[in-house]
Amino acid sequence: MIVFQNIPAAQMLEHARRIFPDECCGFLYGTETADGTRNVLEIAEVDNSKEGDKRRRFEISAKDYLRAERQAVEKDLLLLGIYHSHPNHPAIPSEHDRIAAQPYFSYIIISVMEGETDHVRSWRLGEDARFTEEKLSPIHFHQSI
Amino acid sequence: MATVVIPTPLRKFTNQTAKLQISADTVGGIIEELTRNFPDLKKHLLDDQGKVRSFVNIFAGDEDIRDLQQEKTAVEESTIISIVPAIAGGISF
Repeated sequence: MIVFQNIPAAQMLEHARRIFPDECCGFLYGTETADGTRNVLEIAEVDNSKEGDKRRRFEISAKDYLRAERQAVEKDLLLLGIYHSHPNHPAIPSEHDRIAAQPYFSYIIISVMEGETDHVRSWRLGEDARFTEEKLSPIHFHQSI
Repeated sequence: MATVVIPTPLRKFTNQTAKLQISADTVGGIIEELTRNFPDLKKHLLDDQGKVRSFVNIFAGDEDIRDLQQEKTAVEESTIISIVPAIAGGISF
């Protein structure tokens, strides 16, 4: 299960709305308990470095990724995963998402329909290289930051 | 000898170790030794032809080895090798 604190959840959703119709992306930082529950305490927005159509694709540069790993150490938090948005599409991983996915990370997908955040789901890559949905705690869609 | 930095998503294959000291003369030698010690890493680092997967970047210091001599890039004792997963995706290719 993955649990979002209110502020990082609101920041992530605001980011997705602000960047619409492009895809947004960012990192999730937090902790993990012995039973595997993940607690997202902070998010960090990152530039979508994909050249070309950012309404359908996102990419995080290697330099931004290395910085995120360093920041996790500095914050004494775990780098738990990645979030990105699907503008005018459901929060279901595409084949592109699956091929590029890493083990361990939680992949949060935010569906943004006509500029409004519609629903959010979380996914994890399994040993069989397929995505399995990860239970996500309820997110308040209109929480102020 | 070089220091190899393992990214968070791959640490479950290195017993949660984030940094390793590995002796080899080239990046290719480092990868070979790394995957020999941690066989479960192999499918996440290399493709079926034994080449570094397209969704994995290997940095020697601040340089992507694709901009250097690829797997033949020489390493020294002070070299820091970083494995950097390419983070990408989206609605379509």
